[in-house]
Amino acid sequence: MNEFLLIAAIVLAGLAGVPGLFRAREGHAAERLFVGVITLAGVLAGTGAIGTLAFGSSGALTAAWPVPGGQLAVEVDAISAMFVLQIAVLAVLSAWYGLEYWPQKAHPTNGRKLRAFYGVATAAMLLLVIARNAVLFLVAWEVMALAAFFLFTTEDEKPKVREVGFVYLLAARGGTLCLFAMFALLAAASGTLSMDGWPLALASPLGNAIFIVGLCGFGLKAGIMPLHIWLPGAHANAPSHISALMSGVLIKMGIYGIVRLTASCALPPLWWGYVLIGLGAMSGVLGVGFAIGQHDIKRLLAYHSVENIGIICLGLGVAVLGRSLGRPELVALGIAGALLHVWNHGLFKALLFLSAGSVVHATGTREIDRLGGLWRRMPRTGLAFLVGAVAICGLPPLNGLISELMIYLGLFQTSSEGGGTWLAGALAAPALAIVGALAVACFVKVFGAVFLGEARTVDVEHAHDPGRAMLVPMAVLALACLFIALGAPLVSHVLDTAVTAWAGGSVGTTAPLNALAPLVWVSATSAALLLSLLFLGVRLGAYMSRREFKKEVGTWDCGYAAPTARMQYTSSSFAATLVGLLAWALRPDTHAPHLQGAFPATSTFASHVPDTVLDRGLRPVFSVAARVFMWLRFVQSGNIHLYLLYILGTLVVLLLWR
Amino acid sequence: MSTAVDPVLVLVLMLNFLVLGTSRLRAAINASALQGAFLGTLVVLVHGGFAVRPIMVGAAAIAIKGIIIPGLLHRALRDVAIRREIEPYVSFVTSLLLCAVATGAAVLFAGHLPLAPEHDGSLLIPASLATVLTGFLILTTRRKAITQVVGYLVLENGIFIMGVSLQEAMPSLVEVGVLLDLVVAIFVIGIVLNHINQEFASQDVDQLDKLKE
Repeated sequence: MNEFLLIAAIVLAGLAGVPGLFRAREGHAAERLFVGVITLAGVLAGTGAIGTLAFGSSGALTAAWPVPGGQLAVEVDAISAMFVLQIAVLAVLSAWYGLEYWPQKAHPTNGRKLRAFYGVATAAMLLLVIARNAVLFLVAWEVMALAAFFLFTTEDEKPKVREVGFVYLLAARGGTLCLFAMFALLAAASGTLSMDGWPLALASPLGNAIFIVGLCGFGLKAGIMPLHIWLPGAHANAPSHISALMSGVLIKMGIYGIVRLTASCALPPLWWGYVLIGLGAMSGVLGVGFAIGQHDIKRLLAYHSVENIGIICLGLGVAVLGRSLGRPELVALGIAGALLHVWNHGLFKALLFLSAGSVVHATGTREIDRLGGLWRRMPRTGLAFLVGAVAICGLPPLNGLISELMIYLGLFQTSSEGGGTWLAGALAAPALAIVGALAVACFVKVFGAVFLGEARTVDVEHAHDPGRAMLVPMAVLALACLFIALGAPLVSHVLDTAVTAWAGGSVGTTAPLNALAPLVWVSATSAALLLSLLFLGVRLGAYMSRREFKKEVGTWDCGYAAPTARMQYTSSSFAATLVGLLAWALRPDTHAPHLQGAFPATSTFASHVPDTVLDRGLRPVFSVAARVFMWLRFVQSGNIHLYLLYILGTLVVLLLWR
Repeated sequence: MSTAVDPVLVLVLMLNFLVLGTSRLRAAINASALQGAFLGTLVVLVHGGFAVRPIMVGAAAIAIKGIIIPGLLHRALRDVAIRREIEPYVSFVTSLLLCAVATGAAVLFAGHLPLAPEHDGSLLIPASLATVLTGFLILTTRRKAITQVVGYLVLENGIFIMGVSLQEAMPSLVEVGVLLDLVVAIFVIGIVLNHINQEFASQDVDQLDKLKE
């Protein structure tokens, strides 16, 4: 039943953008139809997911497929359902947002392409999380990866967009290559291309190789440091609602793969957990470290995706450790924390990207140091961004806290074990704390520089809040963040079913999460905090408006005779200390002037934090490789007959191989 | 499988030599058309007995390979007003010799392949390999764009024969082969010939190396 709903949703979503291709370049009809169809698909998929979460899985649905080794096998279990629900919510909300953010009228050349691939990518992601056959999975994976490429390169007339698009394509190809290897190993070890054979394959001697290859393939999509190379550039240069969808769900498909892989392994070796925890801690700390150094608001948010993927990996690592040690409470806290953080990150990161998008929409720039003072001009957008920022920092009263709390509790629980496990927990918990602290610093920087203070440029002066089509999706996301925080004891029932689906009886019965984590207390405290904040705000507002000490002055106007907006802290000056502390990994570029004398001449200062892995590691290697391969260019003579001879030669060699 | 299969395949092999040995483009096109038509009958013969599906596939193959594509090629020939392939890279006699060597090698090679019992001793696999190699010979040794298309058709015919041998196991493969012909008909002739003619005022594929980066 649920599977049929999902299949209907996949078909609808896949075709949603197609009618628009046949319409004229101008006109609303096609984009409204698109949003309508996507919404319908989202409702169908969401219903299927909720049905599964409420009433349990209805079993696999299979049909024959003439592709060799392929079978049209789909199933919605609790893990799939959680991802389906997230895809549905974010795809619908981003599509609505796009109605005003990327209207056909303003983008006649690429609007139709964007909507067509938007639908295809959504359909492919839905298919991916319910596929139960390796060939079907790979087909969905490839369609998703390629559709995402066209979404990232929506504005392909810009050289920068094409460049980051090719980096993404390279990473996506590399990831798919790893997945082909992984599925080949799985099939070799289990003798079947159905995913039912995974437990058998992972228990075999090939299990470790499968895990490593799979981690590389899925990690490239998820953006685990140091495999995140494509992520910052691609997210920064895509339209904001695409960034929201891609950061919210596309990179989670990598996480889905790792979750599915680890769920199939009955008794994983301990080092799997250590690897996941180590990678998670590294992604977390360095992800937020790179984020602090950025000046581009969307690039900054993209690095925060790397950070949050790290937090999710920490949770997964805890769960895998629990499985190897036979500790049900570790399993429950770890996987529930990871899956809830998948949801949470999807919600608040989409919220942040959408509100950053409306800032970009209103001011035309992504440079944090060109903005400022937007709180007074765009109060609703500012509030949405504030909610997202508080949530992503893991502060009460919002949802980031809940999932991070579960992962913390899981890490603390490892202390009763001896040796390496204790050490892993003892190192990872402080790392998670550092991540939280740095995230707060980073969002204080962004929020302060963008929304508070004075406008730094004239672009900002006429900025104003966007219309309803953009504000409503942001409001829905903000409310969803709040709901998960305040309704955590209810959400935990959903997570319990997902924990059972992941554990699959391998560690005995797990206790319900409400018993493992003080969720009721956290929610109650959050609600109390929220109420007191509201109360305080209302009272303060009333007090301020009653007394006549309202006076229009500039911010930071503390007695200066001629203050200018340039006297404010910039985002780079605010971040300078922290960037300096992390310089061993960030390797910032600073071009500081050499000042001499009492009245030095006019000079300029610039600082920049390039991506260490991509710009300092891979690019030099690739440019050397490109030079080496220039020697092979004589092969390309341009003569068609010679090319055909190459083919013939290859064929003959292959035929005579044995 | 009908006993008439091997005689038909012998005719197909002989047509290979005709396509390769003639300098008149009209004759080459006609020979490849005849070869295509034989392949259409082959589908029915290999199946043996009367069934709707093979007959429809065979009819489609005859229509496309035997009538539509050659018709289009003849029209293209009329438009560009050329009659003969002159100065091939390898002379006609030498290419005939090469074709003979290739055919012999194909027969020898097929003998070493681990074939399914029903194909053992049949000419299907050797004929397929020989035709593919002939197609390659035409493609690599001739200059005219139209001969290139003919070469591609012959190559494709070879693949088709291979597909026919798998007809019982994978019927869709043969049908996909027919679809491939449609692609040739529409794509190669419609686009490539027209454009070469407009852009370079020449039908020599040699000129294509101007497109090199």
